[in-house]
Amino acid sequence: MSKLTLETEGDAVVVVKRRFDAPPAAVFRAHTDPDMLQQWMLGPDGWTMPVCVCEARPGGAIRYEWSNAEGAGFYLTGHFVELDPPRRIVHVERMHLPDPTPDNRVETTFTPDDEGTLMVMRMTLPDAATRAAMLETGMEHGMEASYVRLEDTWSAEG
Amino acid sequence: MSRAAPLDAAFSALADPTRRAILARLVQGEATVNELAAPFSISQPAISRHIKVLEEAGLIVRRVDGARRPCRIAPAALDNLDAYLSMLREGLERSYARLDRLLADNPRPKKEQR
Repeated sequence: MSKLTLETEGDAVVVVKRRFDAPPAAVFRAHTDPDMLQQWMLGPDGWTMPVCVCEARPGGAIRYEWSNAEGAGFYLTGHFVELDPPRRIVHVERMHLPDPTPDNRVETTFTPDDEGTLMVMRMTLPDAATRAAMLETGMEHGMEASYVRLEDTWSAEG
Repeated sequence: MSRAAPLDAAFSALADPTRRAILARLVQGEATVNELAAPFSISQPAISRHIKVLEEAGLIVRRVDGARRPCRIAPAALDNLDAYLSMLREGLERSYARLDRLLADNPRPKKEQR
């Protein structure tokens, strides 16, 4: 079961869970090594990450810049708050579109799960209204379609 | 106007906590300015200004109902945000599928190379 789940918790929290077939140390490294991040944290097909600053230490800077062949682009900035390899990362991030979105405090934990890892990412938004604006306005109802497309992807990959 | 402009205006409008609260209230249904102002300790003209910003960002629409001008969420505008969030959500899963492949190629962390 490697499907992504996305749930709300309390007033202002969004929780994303995903299982990986690799041990926590490998998944942790994939989240903190710029060379690895540039290979996978690319979102939809067609995007690259030409700039990846990921200073994996408390206070260290985060800056990810994405662009596509059409010349479109956006970026994310933030900083690390805590790192406890290979178990836990706390960081703050915001998107620039180009106006910054409200700060998102993210706690990511990596827990052994048989031979793999259960990743739990808790995103805490500034308040209930922000989350309401971002979730209740439609974040839920596109999910099933995404999952179906994803299943297709996996089926195609066999 | 660039294609990104409506989204910028929407996020800019959402950058204010009072406007987010107004929008969160409107998610539950139509409301008048008086009804929207009730939970806040700020003046009705101030609320009206926030509503104007939300209206100009295309996030809410108002209709005329006699003397009332109730506000409601503009579904078309939210499609912009929804499309963006849908992109994020799908992007997340695309990214993780990519990470699956990366981890499969290299399941054990390399020893620190220094």
